[in-house]
Amino acid sequence: MDWPLATHQVLARLGFGVVGFVPDAGHKRLIELCQADTRMRAVVMTTEEEGIGLATGAWLGGAKTVLLMQSSGVGNIVNALGMVRECRIPLVIIVTMRGEYGEFNPWQVPMGQATAPVLRAMGAVVQQANAAAEVAAHVEAAARLAFGSYCAAAVLVSQRVIGIKNFQEQAAQ
Amino acid sequence: MSLQRRDVVQALLADRGALLVVAGLGSTAWDCTAAGDDALTFPMWGAMGSAAMTGLGLALAQPARRVLVLTGDGEMLMGLGSLATIGVQQPANLSVVVIDNERYGETGMQATHTAHGVDLATMARAAGFASGVLVRDMAGVAALRQGVHKAAGPHFAQIKVAAQKVPLALPPRDGTLLKNRFRQALLGEDAARQ
Repeated sequence: MDWPLATHQVLARLGFGVVGFVPDAGHKRLIELCQADTRMRAVVMTTEEEGIGLATGAWLGGAKTVLLMQSSGVGNIVNALGMVRECRIPLVIIVTMRGEYGEFNPWQVPMGQATAPVLRAMGAVVQQANAAAEVAAHVEAAARLAFGSYCAAAVLVSQRVIGIKNFQEQAAQ
Repeated sequence: MSLQRRDVVQALLADRGALLVVAGLGSTAWDCTAAGDDALTFPMWGAMGSAAMTGLGLALAQPARRVLVLTGDGEMLMGLGSLATIGVQQPANLSVVVIDNERYGETGMQATHTAHGVDLATMARAAGFASGVLVRDMAGVAALRQGVHKAAGPHFAQIKVAAQKVPLALPPRDGTLLKNRFRQALLGEDAARQ
């Protein structure tokens, strides 16, 4: 199951015009698909926090944004998410999980375990995709919810789907 | 004679036409309100460090419109990475202007890094902005205003102003109101049904 391809097709069909990301192994293929798509503006950022301003400004101007980040990046957006909630900015966030299913790096575990609670604490709706075949459908549902209800909706893609088990695999991606 | 922040912002926003404005939290948002509350100004009451990126998102979504971010030195310092991100994207319609009083105005006028010589304009040029200028007089402000409306950017300017307390001029606080009035003014009545 090529979940990045299926997810990219959903994002294109729903008219997402802006894709904000910080490079990430789990998102590598989806990022490349978005960069190659002339309908989307792929914006590489220095920190995930920049994505909240990006998405807010884009929506003020009428464009839909999806943010791609790793679970550690969720820690970088917490305060800024207050603007999304207060202004009711629709936003889809796709999070590749670390520190969650068979993690080998202990430094990833604290934020991985805090990812869903932190997102919920800031008012984002959280959906968990545990299999590759679920991801695109979850993203489509999250987009419907976010743009129908004017809020942030996050899809957490389990480490089970990403499948990185050690440093050698991570470096080889 | 130091520049007065309210004079500077008033001059930059004079005859603003179709200009879209993002105002960073704190004094610059109050300055914009003092110059005239406007549906096409989005004043931020939080998310410190996000003003320049909010301007980038707006500039990318509206490439045919000119976008001006007006923010403070403390707010800009909290989002310095966004200068690099804007430098990569090269939005020709975006200007980021820092009203630099070298102080954190809302927390007791403590010195910011710019008071110690940190040079934001040089940083912006190094990040790839088409221009990055330090402005110290009203002639420079007038030239900057021309560039904001006409010249190919992205532009950056750091305008040194007097560190002074000025009367509060507060925009509406409700985020959904600020968002909806901006989108309606820019995108039309149907914006609320999208």
